[in-house]
Amino acid sequence: MGKLSSSLWLILFVFSQNVLANSQYNMRKGVTDISNNVYQLHMTIFLICCVIGVIVFAIMFWALIHHRKSKGAVPAQFHESTKVEILWTAIPFVILIGMAIPATKTLIAMEDASKADLTIKVTGSQWKWHYEYMGEDVEFYSMLATTQDEITNLSEKNSNYLLEVDKPLVLPINQKVRFLMTSDDVIHSWWVPDFAVKKDANPGFINETWTNINEVGTYRGQCAELCGKDHGFMPVVVEAKTEEDFKAWLAEAKQAKQKAAAESAALLDQVVPKEELMALGEQVYMANCAACHQPTGLGLSGVFPAMKGSPVILGDVKGHIDILLKGSPGTSMQSFAKQLSIKQIAAVITYKRNAWGNDTGDVIQPSEIQAALDADGEAK
Amino acid sequence: MTHLPLLKKLVIICIAMFAFAFAMVPLYDVFCDITGLNGKPSLEQAQQSTLVTENREVSVSFTTHAQSGAPFEVKSKEYSVDVKPGAMREVMFSAKNNSNEDKVMQAIPSVAPGKAAKYLHKIACFCFDQQPLKAGEELEFTLLFYVDTELPSDVEELTLSYTVFDISERLVARNN
Amino acid sequence: MSSIAEQSNTNEAHHAHQPARGFKRWLFTTNHKDIGSLYLIFSLTMFLIGGAMAMVIRAELFQPGLQLVDPHFFNQMTTMHGLIMVFGAVMPAFTGLANWMIPLMIGAPDMALPRMNNWSFWILPFAFLILLASLFMPGGGPAFGWTFYAPLSTAFSNDSTALFVFAVHIMGISSIMGAINVVVTIVNMRAPGMTWMKLPLFVWTWLITAFLLIAVMPVLAGAVTMVLTDKYFATSFFDAAGGGDPVMFQHIFWFFGHPEVYIMILPAFGIISTIVPTFSRKKLFGYASMVYATSSIALLSFIVWAHHMFTTGMPVAAELFFMYATMLISVPTGVKVFNWVATMWRGSISFEVPMLFSIAFIVLFTLGGFSGLMLAITPADFQYHDTYFVVAHFHYVLVTGAVFSIMAGAYYWLPKWTGNMFNITLAKWHFWLSLVSVNVLFFPMHFVGLAGMPRRIPDYALQFADFNAIISIGGFAFGLSQLLFVVVVYKCAKGGDKVPAKVWDGAHGLEWEVDSPAPYHTFSTPPDIK
Repeated sequence: MGKLSSSLWLILFVFSQNVLANSQYNMRKGVTDISNNVYQLHMTIFLICCVIGVIVFAIMFWALIHHRKSKGAVPAQFHESTKVEILWTAIPFVILIGMAIPATKTLIAMEDASKADLTIKVTGSQWKWHYEYMGEDVEFYSMLATTQDEITNLSEKNSNYLLEVDKPLVLPINQKVRFLMTSDDVIHSWWVPDFAVKKDANPGFINETWTNINEVGTYRGQCAELCGKDHGFMPVVVEAKTEEDFKAWLAEAKQAKQKAAAESAALLDQVVPKEELMALGEQVYMANCAACHQPTGLGLSGVFPAMKGSPVILGDVKGHIDILLKGSPGTSMQSFAKQLSIKQIAAVITYKRNAWGNDTGDVIQPSEIQAALDADGEAK
Repeated sequence: MTHLPLLKKLVIICIAMFAFAFAMVPLYDVFCDITGLNGKPSLEQAQQSTLVTENREVSVSFTTHAQSGAPFEVKSKEYSVDVKPGAMREVMFSAKNNSNEDKVMQAIPSVAPGKAAKYLHKIACFCFDQQPLKAGEELEFTLLFYVDTELPSDVEELTLSYTVFDISERLVARNN
Repeated sequence: MSSIAEQSNTNEAHHAHQPARGFKRWLFTTNHKDIGSLYLIFSLTMFLIGGAMAMVIRAELFQPGLQLVDPHFFNQMTTMHGLIMVFGAVMPAFTGLANWMIPLMIGAPDMALPRMNNWSFWILPFAFLILLASLFMPGGGPAFGWTFYAPLSTAFSNDSTALFVFAVHIMGISSIMGAINVVVTIVNMRAPGMTWMKLPLFVWTWLITAFLLIAVMPVLAGAVTMVLTDKYFATSFFDAAGGGDPVMFQHIFWFFGHPEVYIMILPAFGIISTIVPTFSRKKLFGYASMVYATSSIALLSFIVWAHHMFTTGMPVAAELFFMYATMLISVPTGVKVFNWVATMWRGSISFEVPMLFSIAFIVLFTLGGFSGLMLAITPADFQYHDTYFVVAHFHYVLVTGAVFSIMAGAYYWLPKWTGNMFNITLAKWHFWLSLVSVNVLFFPMHFVGLAGMPRRIPDYALQFADFNAIISIGGFAFGLSQLLFVVVVYKCAKGGDKVPAKVWDGAHGLEWEVDSPAPYHTFSTPPDIK
């Protein structure tokens, strides 16, 4: 009995939670002037369509009910009327003009080439976003933070499931932020519903759009253009801060970058123990490699090569380091030289060479990675 | 009754439409030139500028992006410059081949906002030609450009982006 | 060799006035009714295969998380589902109806080019065998969506792309041959007295559709050829590194793609314009304006393609142009809906199964039209684009639009084809189950789309979970309901109550003047047109 009532409570609780969570079944108003305009436009057009629909179908269903054969209706003989036909060509035309005016206004308001306070270069790649604060020397990758366990139903999903990243894009409010979109491989599309900003990132070209956020908050979106296997797993998260907070964050980000550089420099003299490299390597592998090469290291036949027993991994260390630093042109395998630190690269290579029965016993140190980077830079 | 005349006409339409699909390729470029679609600027050397608008300044910024797998590091010496429409300006770029093989680089320019593309004239640009870079070599390139005096007045800043591709393999494929 | 065999076969058939027996009858047939049946059976098969793929998609999306398939296979399913439904189910179904009905409607003995007719059908199964076989290649089949945007389909696809391109070429050739046949038949083979403005609307809409096919299928062929050469022969149509542009692919594809959308809906208009007057027992309202509306929709379809690509970054003037042009299409489309309503007005309406499907078509297609109008509004499209709102929109116009019209047409002419009345109770069950489930399936997609769920994703955020579960249940129900249709068609072909020449009391047209089932050869001498 107690069990029954407690499960009833649970059902009620889950239900009410879901109803609240699902209260948004319409377009979001968002947090910019433009997104508000777009929302108004959407509602206007929607209501006009509803009114037309109701009128037309009311007439049709009236006929279906009253002009039935079973009621003894006798068919009328008319089959054309130029007057009526001209009328119902003209009226929709007028309604369309009524719709086109606000639509044109909003579209022109979206087109704004005035000087921006901040420019962010957004680069899409399979399957993550890269943000560069232009002229500020701050740049980073932003990747899905949801764990593989949550995706494969091994652990419970958190409330931001698939809409969370390791490093969100941080933006100031009340400033015009300009985005330059491009892509490293296929076409992606950067979308934040709360800004009404959706723009394709085309490889080889830059696209421009902008926003001006009104409220502090965290805003979530996703890639909108099919970009390959993990298209559903490259979210966009924007954290909007006040201007002061943003300045502080930017300063901190610059410092962190210098600190990271100092740390890698220090690493060059160290020997990192194998256990530490293996643990870090597994972490890096799951976050960066497992989407394609699979957590099992078996890859996907014909598309993504297996790690287990791979000739690159079992072969020369140099070749293995090379493919991580440079990627493999024309495939989804990209260069990780910028995205990962030398310690992370050393760790993931060590991991791959010792996991899944790849028992090479090799331990790769960060200094070896740095040496490879230097050698490439100074070659001949 | 013979169906042949009509059949012939219909087959000709089909062939013409197939050809039209390919004709869309050059047509698209013409269309881009006229409308600035996709921010695709001209790859031709421009005429020298003769006229300068003194009372206006436009900010031109530069960004580069080495496409995945292209082992190049291309940078402009300045992030952004303010220019008067019509005034010629020189910006230095450095390009380095980070690999230990000889490579050929092709830079593809793109301008944002797209409508400004046809108003950005390049007199000298490393994007006009394929640039061979020896292994580890670093070269300096000059970009000489000016912004057209006709640039729409609402455009206050524009960005010239170069996407850098490694076309070594493509050249090999084509030569074979 | 085959043409000799064909020749002797047709001679034989002429002698006996009866079809040959067995497999050879179907392989060598040049009879428009046989070929029509082949097309329809093929289309139904493809509809079930494409539907099975939709079931895989809906099963994976039933709950958040990855349960059944990996994302790469999911992408193959969405791609194949789209390709099969567009090129395998809807288009061949309309071609099948055209083959069966156009000669009967215009009083012609057969299609104008019967041997080409045989070819245009028989290459089609091979195209789809190739396409389906590509699923078993290492790395699987095409996974870049039915729109195959470059460079996902060029540099970033596996070798199944070559098979995909080959299959699309064959489908294209088949469609073009079918379309040429329709045009030549309608232009040259009309019975004496069958003037242009006496043509049944199904014939008119098909004539216009055939011209659209002839105009745009070669463009699709061009697009896939460029994809092939970009991938294998070092051209760079769509690769910026060699001076190409991936956005140009989208322009070429949608220059084909938008008229293609109308190819899948104009014959549907024709079917509905045939059925509604029959069961309203009243002449179609505004025949002439229907013809003009269809023509203007076809012409407008060539200047609206870029509304599929507003987010690619176009100059504002271009965005405005494509927005206005797209909005304009709602005028002739509206005229059609108004004409149907006016036809029913003060008629003597009865609700036979074809009429039920037609009424559902009018309401639900219009709903899809409204969401289409919303999508035309460029600023709002930035929010709708590539979300489930779009998925909802095109399934309303293609499933409750095109597919419902095909079912309406099938129920309308099935007694004429078989000579038997179908099982009305089963057919009504099929209708009502389809009607309810199709709305459970597609209506909530509007909500998840507006709330921000992108299309073509195998897994989604938790706030979309409830609606997706509902959508999936609707999907399974709709899928299962279609099995009823198979049962009804099979039983009707096997037997049933015999029907007279004029199956429906309100029907008009030459097809109702020949016996039911329609004899193997009809109108060997042209009929009198009143």
